Amino acid sequence: MKRRDFIKLAGAVSLAGCASSVPSKARVVVVGGGFGGATAAKYIRLWAPSLDVVLVERESSFTSCPISNLVLAGYSSMQEISHGYDALRRHGVQVVRDEAVAIDAAKKTVRLGRGGDIAYERLIVSPGIDFNFGEIQGYESAMNAGRVLHAWQAGAQTVALRQQLEQMRDGGVYVLSIPLAPYRCPPGPYERASMVAAYFKQAKPRSKVLVLDANPDVTSKAGLFKAAWKDLYSGILEYRGSSKAIGVDAATMTVKLEVEDVKGDVLNVVPPHRAGNIAMQAGLITTNNRWCDVDWRTMESKKVPGIHVLGDATLSAPGMPKSGSMANNHAKIAAAAITAALGGRGAGPEPKIINTCYSFVSQKEAIRVSSVHEWDAGQGTLIAVKGSGGVSAARSEAEGTYAWNWARTIWADSLA
Amino acid sequence: MKALIFTAAALAAAPVAAQDLQGRNLAAACAICHGTEGRAPSRDLVPIAGMPRDYLVKQMIDFRDGKRPATVMHQIAKGYTDPQIDALAAWFAAQKR
Repeated sequence: MKRRDFIKLAGAVSLAGCASSVPSKARVVVVGGGFGGATAAKYIRLWAPSLDVVLVERESSFTSCPISNLVLAGYSSMQEISHGYDALRRHGVQVVRDEAVAIDAAKKTVRLGRGGDIAYERLIVSPGIDFNFGEIQGYESAMNAGRVLHAWQAGAQTVALRQQLEQMRDGGVYVLSIPLAPYRCPPGPYERASMVAAYFKQAKPRSKVLVLDANPDVTSKAGLFKAAWKDLYSGILEYRGSSKAIGVDAATMTVKLEVEDVKGDVLNVVPPHRAGNIAMQAGLITTNNRWCDVDWRTMESKKVPGIHVLGDATLSAPGMPKSGSMANNHAKIAAAAITAALGGRGAGPEPKIINTCYSFVSQKEAIRVSSVHEWDAGQGTLIAVKGSGGVSAARSEAEGTYAWNWARTIWADSLA
Repeated sequence: MKALIFTAAALAAAPVAAQDLQGRNLAAACAICHGTEGRAPSRDLVPIAGMPRDYLVKQMIDFRDGKRPATVMHQIAKGYTDPQIDALAAWFAAQKR
């Protein structure tokens, strides 16, 4: 591998004393330690131990969205879905707890919230999502008052929503509002509705789950979810399609739809989302003011050279969900491309990746969807391989066991 | 002894062959369910690192052709060509268990 230029570290206060000892190494900086960023940091170190990898993450630990719906039902715990970054450090990743607040693509530096810039040879931005709160009137003030929650980024809101469900009177109504696709985790809302219904059936049997979906119908595993709802939650769970939330009123605990108002005791309204804020700041957004288009052979931004974007923030390829499995796989495409480029090699073979998403429909039973995606030169994007993929034959406890195995394995593959 | 050590160091530093890169990159996608480099963190999952190449090829083709029952692998295997299955199998077979 050819010798790199000395990397400027001036002002990188947080890294003083650790990164500067090996200035001849090329440095990759990763912003965001979720399924995308953590996996990228780990795999770059695995595939090119000579590279310097710095992961910038504002939280002290990772909280998994997958399995977080089970926390709402009392079937899992925050402890179980939280994972530290120490194992990444053992791979030689320098984990910096700070927030990336600005990116200078011309100077190739990342500005940290606590001050200081980190220079990079290549940058990976895996920022997850932020919300377009403005699309739902009254949302932000209602959320800040704790009257409405999204809990669509696992963490404090997951805990708060669980508390609200526990405190709700028997006979109350839990309202779940789903935004128009594309959104993070297509089957996630339907799993959540199932988990809350399972909890009500067991603990508050006179209560109701009311699903208000902006989409005309269930967007993922529709047949399997609807069968589970009919068999298990008849009289508890009601689903309404084409019911887009346009406002919330915290005083009257009302969700305003285009044609009617709906009252509830617990309001779980998930607003439309977009790529995380740092992607917007860095000028990586290309489409509808929301998403970042990338070259799927490398995950490099179509707008800003030298910056690779991963995960939910990307403008999804056709038929590709915004999922943890996909973010983990995006990371490996980027790791292969970056280690090849910085190692002086040509790009590797064209990528082929697998999505697998499990959803629980009861405490023990789950359903699954899988797909295989490959590069199509004609269309210039990743497409689902014809004839591959599909869903579970039926919900089962065996799929529930596999769902837990999948979660523990992807957590380890991404973070351990 | 010294010569052996030098040989090992030279091998470690040698550029990875394109064929190995193909196997490595394809195999990385399997890690979400089978563990990093095919070493599963749980005994409930099939650890595919170090399995014989011919065995892996046969399983994938049997999954693809519906000869081996499966909950998910029949749907995944249909996404792969024979040369891709062979590259995957060769790479996993070369990994330590």
